[in-house]
Amino acid sequence: MDPFRRRTLELSPSRLVAAARSVLPFIAVLGVALGVHALLYRWQIDDGGVFFYSKILMDIGISIILAVSLTMVNGFTGQFSIGHAGFMAVGAYTGGVVTYYGAMKLFDPANFAAGYLSRSLPMDGPLFGAADGLFLAACLAAGLLAAGLGYLVGLPSLRLRGDYLAIVTLGFGEIVRVIIERSRNVLPDAEAAAKVPAAALPLHVGGASGFTGLQPFTSPFWVILLAGLTVVFAWRLKYSSLGRAMISIREDEIASQSMGVHVTRLKVMAFVVAAFFAGVAGCLYAHQTGIQLTPKDLAFQKSFDIVIMVVLGGMGSISGAVLAAAFVTALPEWLREPTSVWMYGLIALCVVAVFADRRLRAALWVVGLTAGAELLLTVARRAGIELSQYRMIIYALMLILVMIIRPQGLLGLNEVWEIGPFRRLRRTPVAPARGAAAPAGPGGSP
Amino acid sequence: MIALLASSWLNTDPTVFVETLLNGLAVGSVYALIALGYTMVYGILKFINFAHSDVVTWGAWVSFTIAAAVAAAIGWTFTGGAARPAPLWLGPTLLVCTMLVCGAIGFAIERLAYKPLRSAPRLNVLITAIGVSLLLQNVGQLQFSFLPGWLKFPFGTQPQSFPQLLPAEPLATVIGVKLYWIDLIGFGTAVSLMVALEWLVYHTKTGRMMRAVSYDVRTAALMGIPVDRIISFTFVLGSMLAAAAGLLYVTKYPGNLLQTADTTWVLLGLKAFVAAVVGGIGNIRGAMLGGFLIGLIELFGARYLDPGLRDVYVFSILILVLLFKPTGLLGSTVREKV
Repeated sequence: MDPFRRRTLELSPSRLVAAARSVLPFIAVLGVALGVHALLYRWQIDDGGVFFYSKILMDIGISIILAVSLTMVNGFTGQFSIGHAGFMAVGAYTGGVVTYYGAMKLFDPANFAAGYLSRSLPMDGPLFGAADGLFLAACLAAGLLAAGLGYLVGLPSLRLRGDYLAIVTLGFGEIVRVIIERSRNVLPDAEAAAKVPAAALPLHVGGASGFTGLQPFTSPFWVILLAGLTVVFAWRLKYSSLGRAMISIREDEIASQSMGVHVTRLKVMAFVVAAFFAGVAGCLYAHQTGIQLTPKDLAFQKSFDIVIMVVLGGMGSISGAVLAAAFVTALPEWLREPTSVWMYGLIALCVVAVFADRRLRAALWVVGLTAGAELLLTVARRAGIELSQYRMIIYALMLILVMIIRPQGLLGLNEVWEIGPFRRLRRTPVAPARGAAAPAGPGGSP
Repeated sequence: MIALLASSWLNTDPTVFVETLLNGLAVGSVYALIALGYTMVYGILKFINFAHSDVVTWGAWVSFTIAAAVAAAIGWTFTGGAARPAPLWLGPTLLVCTMLVCGAIGFAIERLAYKPLRSAPRLNVLITAIGVSLLLQNVGQLQFSFLPGWLKFPFGTQPQSFPQLLPAEPLATVIGVKLYWIDLIGFGTAVSLMVALEWLVYHTKTGRMMRAVSYDVRTAALMGIPVDRIISFTFVLGSMLAAAAGLLYVTKYPGNLLQTADTTWVLLGLKAFVAAVVGGIGNIRGAMLGGFLIGLIELFGARYLDPGLRDVYVFSILILVLLFKPTGLLGSTVREKV
């Protein structure tokens, strides 16, 4: 046996280990989703009124799916789509049609109930209900239809780049909204639905006033499960040969084409995959408790929200997109009743003191930011200013400042643990693209 | 387009046709004014100034604020039952003041947000433009409740009704076709502004410098052209035209003075952008042509096909143009070099 082959065998794990490794993330995601769901459910039975937290958790999870999927288009292949909410709207309405009319047509109302996994509020019901399967099918259908549209929108991207593509995607989102606004009234019951041919049912989704009567199937379990799957998928895509080819398109399209990368196919593929996940997120959004699904809420403002998450997190950073999605979603809730920030500052100071490369500088940053935020809060409180109405202004300023000060987004292509303060956590040199950069070398932050 | 016109001519009352035509020209002139701002910035900096539509919005709201201030000063009511028509000098005054204010806004945007990014990739400038757009939208509908009355400059969260600057009754009726003051004055203002711009760009030294910068920034700089000043000047010019467009738009549709973050404004800007693309982006005459075309297509589509789908027509045209003639009607092909 030649030495090269022997070395390869040494490095490559056994088939069993490889298989375990490939399914491990999925099992972990499923476990976390089940665990968190059970915990929240138990908590709500024990003392009511904590639904607020599971609501925020679900909002964040949906945002994560949207932001991570948009990262595949805007971050990996470097195209610029600002119509992501259009795919979300398609998914939301597809999912709505499947669960609403599907329940009428396929199930007897007596047997149709949401199981434990599809309930975010404690109520009576079986462990597994027919609704669980239907909801999963709705999510799949939503994703597939959105992916099909993603293919259609991705096609012009062969000829367009940069700002033109942005405008086309924006126009696509608006067209979706206008078409949904012109749909007919929701059919109230199975009797009315029986009078309409099955193929015409998708036309009855409520128009501008919204799709009423959708049942709240979205639960922490589904959100965490699907968000986790999205992250795992994006992760494996980014570090696969496909993902690297995508990133090469973003860096230099012509160069990567001349290296044999199939630019056209990869660009469209990114669009299709991102649209699929956006559709799934739309389906989750549509079946949330307390959400009235209207086309207006899924207009371009929503797309801009997602773009803000991707840009703030760093174009191409998955963990950045996750963090930014959580931040952007949770900030308005926090701004509604701002609490003091010095405690978070203290925690950040501890983290910095242990891990940071250049401790003094990092500590000064943390102290300065905390003091600034505290000052702002005090001034706002004294003057009686409602901070939550300044939310969009804060985002807009952050967007402009990030572009001027740190054009690649907060994290760039890196993941959280690859940037300065956290690099000490890992013993090995990180990204091969960085060359021989030592883990804790001088000049810590990239 | 021609087929659409012909079929609508054949099918219906010719008066309706002519009225739609006049309406389309009036709306098209507003689109053309906005499209000029997009196209001039694109011609020089090669990016879409997303914040342009918000300058239009601010133009409308600034003129409303000034009109309200004037009304308070001279004891003139323009809302409710006691509404009286505006004094004649108000319209031109509003136009000049709004153009000055929005010119200043355009200058500030360019200096503060875009200038630091002169050498950055285009995507970054685009994202910054979206940021500026969001900023203008949301600052515009703040309530500065803690400031004293006269300082509450941004415009609040309520839609307003714009005062009636011109008589509502038709100026004349020619063979059954009503000719309105607003259409005539609006069209006239827009066209004279366009003629002035045409003269400025093609017959003055500044215009020659603008064209030179648009052709090649680096060479223009080597020839001693003050590039930064010319770029700022272009922004100011575009923003002034946008302000005029905003004022004309709300004079035509007084009920449409909606909050600054409302979808209507973004759609207005997008249609104007489509007009710029259809005409060939970067081309000033193309923007004018495209503006009128889009206005006509939209209004004829709304009148003779389905009024609810008017936005869909415009975007379908955008997609068609981008697919079949990406350089637009009057644009020239640019070869990409590696």
